[in-house]
Amino acid sequence: MSAAESYGAPAAEVPGGGRALLTVEHLTMRFGGLVAIDDVSFQAAEGRITAIIGPNGAGKTTVFNCLTGFYKPTVGRLTLHHPKGEFLLERLEGYRTAQKASVARTFQNIRLFPRMTVLENLIVAQHNKLMRASGFTAAGLFGLKVYRDAEAKAMDLAKYWLDHTKLTEQADVEAGNLPYGDQRRLEIARAMCTEPVLLCLDEPAAGLNPRESHDLNSLLRYIRNEHKIGILLIEHDMSVVMEISDHIIVLDYGRKISDGTPEAVRNDPAVIRAYLGQEEHEELPPEIIAGAGTADRSPDDA
Amino acid sequence: MQHSFAYFLDQLINGLTLGSIYGLIAIGYTMVYGIIGMINFAHGEIFMIGAFISIITFLLLGMAGVTWVPLALIIVLVVAMTLTAIYGWTLERVAYRPLRRSPRLAALITAIGMSIFLQNYVQLLQSARNKPMQPVISGGVQVFEQQGYVVSLSYMQMIIMVVTVALMGIFTTVIVRTTLGRAQRACEQDRDMAALIGVNVDRTISLTFIMGAALASVAGLMFLLYYGVIDFYIGFLAGIKAFTAAVLGGIGSLPGAMLGGLLIGLIEAFWSGYFTVEYKDVAAFSILVLVLIFRPTGLLGKPDIEKV
Repeated sequence: MSAAESYGAPAAEVPGGGRALLTVEHLTMRFGGLVAIDDVSFQAAEGRITAIIGPNGAGKTTVFNCLTGFYKPTVGRLTLHHPKGEFLLERLEGYRTAQKASVARTFQNIRLFPRMTVLENLIVAQHNKLMRASGFTAAGLFGLKVYRDAEAKAMDLAKYWLDHTKLTEQADVEAGNLPYGDQRRLEIARAMCTEPVLLCLDEPAAGLNPRESHDLNSLLRYIRNEHKIGILLIEHDMSVVMEISDHIIVLDYGRKISDGTPEAVRNDPAVIRAYLGQEEHEELPPEIIAGAGTADRSPDDA
Repeated sequence: MQHSFAYFLDQLINGLTLGSIYGLIAIGYTMVYGIIGMINFAHGEIFMIGAFISIITFLLLGMAGVTWVPLALIIVLVVAMTLTAIYGWTLERVAYRPLRRSPRLAALITAIGMSIFLQNYVQLLQSARNKPMQPVISGGVQVFEQQGYVVSLSYMQMIIMVVTVALMGIFTTVIVRTTLGRAQRACEQDRDMAALIGVNVDRTISLTFIMGAALASVAGLMFLLYYGVIDFYIGFLAGIKAFTAAVLGGIGSLPGAMLGGLLIGLIEAFWSGYFTVEYKDVAAFSILVLVLIFRPTGLLGKPDIEKV
């Protein structure tokens, strides 16, 4: 069963392969007169890394904000094909995006709980599971067995991700006191502790040195290969993007200008223009700019 | 007489008792401030309502023939905590939640408005006269004697201190160890992020108000039993004192609220004991001013580190 049948979404294969996990259709986000995202449609697959790239201000983070319930899209449908059923993300608000649809996200500027320890950050991420097990805290307060078992399981999951993000040694350090690179990894570990089906990473490699950025690549590959979840990645660091992505979507001025495998995107003239000609946009002939907006859309988008 | 140790001990006991009541109210201020960054100025009124619900329940129990004091106390405690918690929840739901995203000033003014509203509400329903109550718990133990000056610790004072310590223990455990407590701390540190990991932020805030109101109602009950008389206006001064205690201890910090409460209670008791009763409030507030000049974050408050 695919999204295509149930919602009449583009029947096209997801570039880079895999079962479609997220279908974004005609997403438009306006802030007053400013159009931050203009009719963007794409799909992201399960068990694949989908990168969203584009120059600054292209609307990448706005896409994430729409997906995670921070913004309500002006127009568009965001369908998540969750194993438990289909969720329309634009209708879920606030905490329900994480609780019901299992979408997790990290931020460009790190947002950990700075005055909790590293371990607590990972335990609090399993809030809903523990809240249910503890009968809304009553059982937890009296230390009943159901809760202790759930807590032990939560602890195991936290330890698993501590291991895989190489943070075991720092488990009891306050998150705010961690070095920058560790904080980045902890954010990913915390997102994974919510047991997401879709992980949205907003510039996870920002500010990392080459070695850390290499480790990040391995971590993301590990998550993709072992946990088979979909990863949506916003990134400026092309070494990360080209190396690990299975599928790339390029945005420029809120429009999708290219969508395909890394090879296809790398050789796409529209992309090259957007990146190299960014400063001189106004000097380009209008037909090229117009062309850039539409040339590489998949036919079913039209 | 004033310079004997016995006299000092007497003031100490009075101060600790009073301080426990302030501390219980201060926890409500500090928890709400911690989680939504707002001073709930109607919290003193919640305390007053707790005292009124207690006195009404006592009267009803008396009419129903429940005269065994421990049973009556437990029933009153449960009824007062439950009903006052409902007031606290309603207050947040009706007055503060709609303003969650508005500027702080709007919420602050609403809080003051709710405070005035609740005072008048009780005044209308219960009239403005003092409500006296027969002492329920009397007696005590003699702890010290010096040159004929007897220092005694009444059972009432013991109950106040024991209940305060027990509640402090329970609430600290909730905040530090339980799932709800972790969620509360998460909301305190980053509300949007807490929502993104699936924490129901609105419900967590409601529960915080419920916890704060329940504690305030216990303080109201203790106040009623200790002083034996209440009126619709007791929430104002007690609220201001408890707020001062929370700020003194470092607003946002639970142990700070308790410490601040005890300090304010002790300052008042010693000032009234050694100087003049009339200026005890001046003394308490002057200490606050001094502490804030030298430690703006309060005694146990953590300084806000601005990120760059």
